[in-house]
Amino acid sequence: MDLRDLYQQVILDHNRSPRNFRKLEGANRSAEGSNPLCGDRMTLYLILEDDRIADIGFEGTGCAISQASASLMTAAVKGKSSKEALDLFQAFHAMVTTPPSGSIETAALGKLAALSGVRQYPARVKCANLAWHTLHAALAGSGAASTEAAMEQPDETSTGA
Amino acid sequence: MSTTIGVSVPRRHTMAFDAERVRADFPILAQARNGQPLAYLDNAATTQKPRRVLETLQQYYAEENANIHRGVYRLSAAATLAYERVRATVQRFLNARDPHEIIFVRGTTEAINLVAQSFGRPRLEAGDEILLSTMEHHSNIVPWQLVAEAAGARVRVIPMTDTGELDLGTLDELLTVRTRLVGVVHVSNSLGSVNPVAEIVRRAHERGIPVLVDGAQAVPHFRVDVRALDCDFYAFSGHKTFGPTGIGVLYGKASHLQAMPPYQGGGEMIDRVTFEGTTFAPPPARFEAGTPNIAGVIGLGAALDYLHDLPWDEVEAHERDLLRYATSRVESVPGVRVVGTASEKAAVVSFILEGVHAHDVGTILDQYEVAVRTGHHCTQPVMDRLGVPATTRASFAFYNTRRDVDRLVDALGEVCKVFGR
Repeated sequence: MDLRDLYQQVILDHNRSPRNFRKLEGANRSAEGSNPLCGDRMTLYLILEDDRIADIGFEGTGCAISQASASLMTAAVKGKSSKEALDLFQAFHAMVTTPPSGSIETAALGKLAALSGVRQYPARVKCANLAWHTLHAALAGSGAASTEAAMEQPDETSTGA
Repeated sequence: MSTTIGVSVPRRHTMAFDAERVRADFPILAQARNGQPLAYLDNAATTQKPRRVLETLQQYYAEENANIHRGVYRLSAAATLAYERVRATVQRFLNARDPHEIIFVRGTTEAINLVAQSFGRPRLEAGDEILLSTMEHHSNIVPWQLVAEAAGARVRVIPMTDTGELDLGTLDELLTVRTRLVGVVHVSNSLGSVNPVAEIVRRAHERGIPVLVDGAQAVPHFRVDVRALDCDFYAFSGHKTFGPTGIGVLYGKASHLQAMPPYQGGGEMIDRVTFEGTTFAPPPARFEAGTPNIAGVIGLGAALDYLHDLPWDEVEAHERDLLRYATSRVESVPGVRVVGTASEKAAVVSFILEGVHAHDVGTILDQYEVAVRTGHHCTQPVMDRLGVPATTRASFAFYNTRRDVDRLVDALGEVCKVFGR
């Protein structure tokens, strides 16, 4: 296993200079996300206009994987409808939870494909998914997401860790 | 006696501790991945088991397994004898007065819950206080919050300095007429600080306040004498003491245990049962409902026998050397800051690497077969107090060597390369 599969330049770059890392003034949706086992925390802000993500920002602390994943996610979903964003979550989720022996489809994921190496590190899958669970909570209006609560959902049983 | 770690005591000329010989007693330390042997530096989470423990468990199940305290046949009598012998072994290990002061539980967490429920709960009234310290493990916080909340009592906290020492300057004000118990950790799992437990006990006792000591991180590193400490309760876990998981010990002064109601109900803990009412067995049986972890107890006995045979002056000197060497080598890595620099420490080095999160450090170290713990170490108040989200923690046992430290430092160099530091 090569560490460069996990820590690709794109990830190191987004970790060092996360995009959309700010509290969003005028946000009409927000959610807190946490990974209680490791202490990663984030707050996600959205401006949702006519079911479209007009703007997005996040704050928080975490490892390079969780920070880069949040940064890449905000860049990827800005301007998308909530359904398009959730479809992207599905594709992303499939990419990081497919065992290394299985084949994955990354064509629709663009830069998010940089996180494909995470699937070789089951203990880190939750780090990559935290931002997406938080986005899901913000879009659903539930206000909070925990990777532990997510583990209890049947579709999340493969996240490992 | 209980706080010699970190103090420089002139030693008589002894043979240097032979860690290499001791390592041969621990089969797991011989394993390697991709040609890299295991550098196991997560001993504060759990320790490895010597062959003597593994063989004792195997022999118990293969040749001696029977339930205890009930059968009249040979095997049951032998198992009962073996189980109760370990109670006496633990009594000697802690220098307790009487074997009946030793209760077998699942681990430190259960020991503390037992005290919270059977000793704390009946005593707590609205407005009462439980005094804990900033550096408690969550297992010595949450059980007290549960009973305090139910009673309308509150938890108060002994503060901690920036270096990770308890600040006892306000202790006299914190010990009030409403304080019903002090709970304090002997050695911090996240920082390694060794706390002045005997002094805290003395000052609490001056006011008639009992003290529980969480000794989970102390007994693997130095000899503990509960009578010298004069604490009311002392708890530790078998699996952090080179024994099996699922077994632990609560020591309690006999006078307390005799006055406490049961923690759980079931077989084994009764005197006489009718549907009109039940009378309970005296301690320790009163607190050991149901078939206990017999194999765990017997395995723990083997671990304590193993520890008994170690040359402890040399072990402590070896661990002091590891702590000094690890601290100076880890600090020499650019961007590293050691968190927790108490004057008295067990061999635990917690640190942060500027610009790199602990989880990334841990994942990369693992590629070099260096096993450390990363995160908040179940001590979120410590992290909040020090203003760090997470640390990387290397925690040592007597079977670790300077070579393990070198492996850690070399792997940290690789972390710096990946992150372009």
